[in-house]
Amino acid sequence: MIKSVISKVVQDLQPSGIRAFFDLVLGMKDVISLGVGEPDFTTPWSVRESAIFSLEQGYTSYTSNKGMMKLRLQIAHFLKNHYEVTYNPDDEILITVGVSEALDLAVRAILDPGDKVLIPEPCYVSYGPITSLAAGIPVYLSTAKNNFKISPEDIEKHCDQKTKAIIINYPSNPTGVSYTKRELEALKKVILKHNLILISDEVYDELTYDFKHTPFVTLPGLRNNTLYLNGFSKSYAMTGWRIGYACGPKEIIAAMTKIHQYSIMCVSITSQIAACEALQSGRKAVEEMKREYKRRREFVVEGLNSVGLSCLKPQGAFYAFPSIKATGLSSMDFSQGLLKEQKVAVVPGSAFGKSGEGYIRISYASSMDNLREALQRIQVFLRNKTRKIAGMKGME
Amino acid sequence: MDEILEILEKDARTTPEEIARMLKKDVAKVKQAIRKHEKDGVILKYKAVINKELIRDEASDVRALIEVNIVPQKDLGFDKIAERIYSFPEVTSCYLISGTYDLLVVVEGKNMHTVSSFVAEKLSCLEHVRATVTHFMLKKYKEDGVILKHKEENKRIAISY
Repeated sequence: MIKSVISKVVQDLQPSGIRAFFDLVLGMKDVISLGVGEPDFTTPWSVRESAIFSLEQGYTSYTSNKGMMKLRLQIAHFLKNHYEVTYNPDDEILITVGVSEALDLAVRAILDPGDKVLIPEPCYVSYGPITSLAAGIPVYLSTAKNNFKISPEDIEKHCDQKTKAIIINYPSNPTGVSYTKRELEALKKVILKHNLILISDEVYDELTYDFKHTPFVTLPGLRNNTLYLNGFSKSYAMTGWRIGYACGPKEIIAAMTKIHQYSIMCVSITSQIAACEALQSGRKAVEEMKREYKRRREFVVEGLNSVGLSCLKPQGAFYAFPSIKATGLSSMDFSQGLLKEQKVAVVPGSAFGKSGEGYIRISYASSMDNLREALQRIQVFLRNKTRKIAGMKGME
Repeated sequence: MDEILEILEKDARTTPEEIARMLKKDVAKVKQAIRKHEKDGVILKYKAVINKELIRDEASDVRALIEVNIVPQKDLGFDKIAERIYSFPEVTSCYLISGTYDLLVVVEGKNMHTVSSFVAEKLSCLEHVRATVTHFMLKKYKEDGVILKHKEENKRIAISY
């Protein structure tokens, strides 16, 4: 028998059906892209400058596995001041290569083969694959019928003996949905009832527009069950620096640190120094960006609804997730058509799981000029579609 | 600052309809607020920001910053003399400054000669002007919050999760 080069687990990973579409977008010129999952701002200059200065000063070494103490302390202070959450920088905070690594460490640290992880869908693309890679079983809960919000009943229905954890992301990529404190309380009950570990991906927390963001961990009783994951990518426009952090009970953080020290060693020192500066001086920039996103949100959501793509108002992040069901097209066909005919790139909802079918993700992390132009092109695209359909009917 | 002003300061072409959409306000209310700002002189003017480094503008090829030392007048302080200075069309900006001199005056002219003769013949000989120091500007990097270079290229990849 010929041995296969690639492991079974990796072979079984669902290849991203959307890769070809991404390649198509990347190969085209003069596209207006609303398909980007990162801020359109550049990292604040004070942050970039501090990184440059640190390089001049020769800060080019490893740091402690958990990350520089200075940064962990600053994060602890920030969480205390901002959310009144207390984490001990010594053993309850770990600096990671973005929230992506924190998620991967979390599932690897807690799962035994066959353990199940609940994943509300549509969701960020990595949740299922990292679970499978950690020998766990992803159990997807469709939220499409409930305006993309997870209900306690859904969690209840899908829990069994093997269910170990749930990954919740709010405000959500791709839907922009978030939860009020009261809604979180309702979810808390069922999470505690089944003693689930809650992996809470709150990387878009600063971009919450209609109410104050409540971290799950601030609800009484959840502290021992919760991993609070956050990072600098979205709020400080620092995606390329790859830096985030995990906070949680020290047993879990210690287990995650074990994996992290062997696989990553430590996060780039330059990024860690930049993150310190972001916490120190970046707050004004965060507020400015948030105000700008909020205005674009109103503009885009109303624009989409007025051209006939029904769209709920997202409460956070920088995504709108309109339905394209009225067109009769699949989300992939819609996105391809829009790209080829009007040179506007969006991400098909199906990229975020089966329950994203019938929707597209539109990122409003793009200039007002781009948004204006893109909405016009979408309108033309839709008009041409209806004309074609009407034409075909006329021929019958 | 009022959000309407913030939007217009970023892009004066934004229409009242768009502003209304962005702020979830009534169009009529937005128009009214803009009119009031215009009437009160809060909004003075709408203009394009032009990168003059890229065009050869005959009328304003040379710029100078001029430090002006003046003798304040009884009862009128600096304002009267400042008015006499900023009323010259050659003067594009004029500020009262703390420190070793009093007024900072920005002057534009066709060439060094026109600017120098403006300083020598008009500015320096004004009554109450004690002394001037002229600095010719060599290059502009940033003006009113705008970095003067070619449009920045997009560095993000066109699509990502």
